[in-house]
Amino acid sequence: MKFLFTLLLLISFLPSQANAFCGFYVAKADASLFNEASKVVMARHDNRTVMTMANDFKGDTKDFAIVIPVPTVIKKSQVNIGDSKIIDHIDSYTAPRLVEYHDSDPCQQIFKREMMAMSMADGAAAPRKLQKSAKKLGVKIEESYTVGEYDILILSAEQSDGLFKWLNQEGYTLPKGADKVLRSYIKQDMKFFVAKANLKEFEKTGYTYLRPLQVAYESEKFMLPVRLGTLNAKGPQDLLLFTLTKNGRVEPTNYRTTKIPTGDEIPTFIADEFGEFYKAMFDKEVKKEKMKTVMLEYAWDMSWCDPCAADPVPNKDLKKMGAWWIDQGYTGKPRPRVAPVQPSPNGTSWPAPQPRIFLPPKGGAVNVFVTRMHVRYTADSFPEDIMLQTTDDRKNFQGRYVMRHPFKPSNKNGAQCEAAGAYYAGLQKRFDKEAKTLAKLTGWDVNEIRTKMEKNGQSFKDLPKGSDNPWWENMWNE
Amino acid sequence: MKFLLKIKRDARHFQILTLSSLLIFLLLWSDFAPSLLVIILTLSATLVTQFLFFKFLKIPSKDYRSPFITSLSLVLLFKTNIIWFYPLAGVVAMASKFLIRFNKKHIFNPANAGIVLGLLLVPNHVWVSPGQWGNAVWVGFALASFAILVLSKAGRADMALFFLSSWILLLFGRAMWLGDPLSIPIHNLQSGALLIFAFFMISDPMTTPNNRWGRLLFAFTVAVVAYILQYVFQVREAIFYALFIICMTTPVIDLILKDRLYQWSGNNN
Repeated sequence: MKFLFTLLLLISFLPSQANAFCGFYVAKADASLFNEASKVVMARHDNRTVMTMANDFKGDTKDFAIVIPVPTVIKKSQVNIGDSKIIDHIDSYTAPRLVEYHDSDPCQQIFKREMMAMSMADGAAAPRKLQKSAKKLGVKIEESYTVGEYDILILSAEQSDGLFKWLNQEGYTLPKGADKVLRSYIKQDMKFFVAKANLKEFEKTGYTYLRPLQVAYESEKFMLPVRLGTLNAKGPQDLLLFTLTKNGRVEPTNYRTTKIPTGDEIPTFIADEFGEFYKAMFDKEVKKEKMKTVMLEYAWDMSWCDPCAADPVPNKDLKKMGAWWIDQGYTGKPRPRVAPVQPSPNGTSWPAPQPRIFLPPKGGAVNVFVTRMHVRYTADSFPEDIMLQTTDDRKNFQGRYVMRHPFKPSNKNGAQCEAAGAYYAGLQKRFDKEAKTLAKLTGWDVNEIRTKMEKNGQSFKDLPKGSDNPWWENMWNE
Repeated sequence: MKFLLKIKRDARHFQILTLSSLLIFLLLWSDFAPSLLVIILTLSATLVTQFLFFKFLKIPSKDYRSPFITSLSLVLLFKTNIIWFYPLAGVVAMASKFLIRFNKKHIFNPANAGIVLGLLLVPNHVWVSPGQWGNAVWVGFALASFAILVLSKAGRADMALFFLSSWILLLFGRAMWLGDPLSIPIHNLQSGALLIFAFFMISDPMTTPNNRWGRLLFAFTVAVVAYILQYVFQVREAIFYALFIICMTTPVIDLILKDRLYQWSGNNN
């Protein structure tokens, strides 16, 4: 008991000075909500990697500091300040999506559809400070420079003790156990990318948040260091990893990949709580896999999307995120597909169909394949850094959920024809199936789901019967 | 009972059983399992290749266990985005068995040859996914594989143990050197690909030295080369390359350490 108490005390007394973005270092207190997940974009081809880290630091800018292990010494020209809007864009573009369909009048075979996409992107803000010290404890300052609002040091060290002490002296508060992990990285010949906010420069930028950091390097090592980030995390952390490659899907080689459930039909009230739904479903999947897998949420050729959760990311932005192989002169743009306009059935007015679908450009594809992986991890479930490999798998995958609105007839009795009877009978079964599917996906109570559906136009009781007159009667009556 | 005795007669029967159940597991539970078409294509390619070589080389044998094991190993490990590369890998694998030979033995394990030649010749289309195994599947697979060792008393099952011990030694040694928690090497050992490699590739009696000491040396060298490839050169398919390279030394080892040639117990009767 006493031991437990000491442990708690220790955690609560740990100042949060050295704070992580991208989960490399110290977890945010409430990192379990994944709309605050760390976001990292990695563009990779051959041995070239460009890593963009969204800064989600929420504290005082002067307190912001990070330590990231990197495979090589990073020179000033290899560091760039990214645009957080582009990261948010790729986030919303690849986010799990909700698709909406409207049942057509069962008496008229007219197909209608309308699409709605939702993403769970979230903006972020951040902070920090810096002083340099020439003091050496076996620590070598390989590079020291300021880029944008960041003061950056690239360190190499012979011993972790020295590095640990030096960082502490410089005001970086490291969590317990960090020295061991640092030692492991030092022996693996990794360098350390240490960044703090330069307040003066930060004021000059005019931004209220710290912008993303980008580093470009050449190394055979294609991995995502997560070990430091797990050290004093108070619970599981969420990380969204987006990769851009020329070949195909990226996968971890030392962890299993599982696909997020997709394609299911769910009740229409989810439109208002899609975020809650996805969160609950993700939680359930993570639990099912005992938090040991990397969840695949999206894998698609960047040239097109169907349905699109956001407008396509322009080539210049893909390039800014590190897809250096895109041809300079390449101007191909995904073409929006215009759906044929349908006459309104039965005189009811329908919103004009606006499907967001983009087809590949005519001049050939853009040659960028995006993979979106969502990881929830703790030190126990992910003991080792995530080692990655590019595969040539170009099979498309997306997290997509379908809402189907029942047909709304103009009269109270519902559509009247032989087909209508079958339609309404089928509707009952469909609603029931949707409720069960949702319960299964999220673990929510099926009765509560039914109640919500009842209130939301998916009634189990008050369905019109339609006309179940035999076909000959309709024939003579007309 | 008769069936059990029949199975027991040859270690390869156990191998086919274990690999098939593993494949069924993957088909049912994995999001990245091979498709049925891939399985059928690969299986037919290896069987037909074996048949043709038997015919043209006028070998009277009707033994088709080897192409079975090879195609099962291939569909479990080999990945490509071009569907025809699956049967092609099967053909290459089986052909290597008949064409690349020395002193009555083939040099490469067929499945291993299929994978490595694929990786070398069409690097932009072939990969291996070593991460695609759930923990439960892994435990079951490990148990089954060890059961084969005990039940079959296969003459060359020692290879799997030699290799796994060397690999465990290296991984734990690395963790100690780095000061890493032991959960890291333990995590690394929980790989289905590693088990297939240890129990179905490196333990192939036809491609390993005849002498026990030679086999120990062979297994240890494969582990060391794989370690260097994986941790120094960051090669993800390190074990497969390592076996491919070291297999070329088998004829030399056999010349130095002379011993009798292995016979499958149920072979060619």
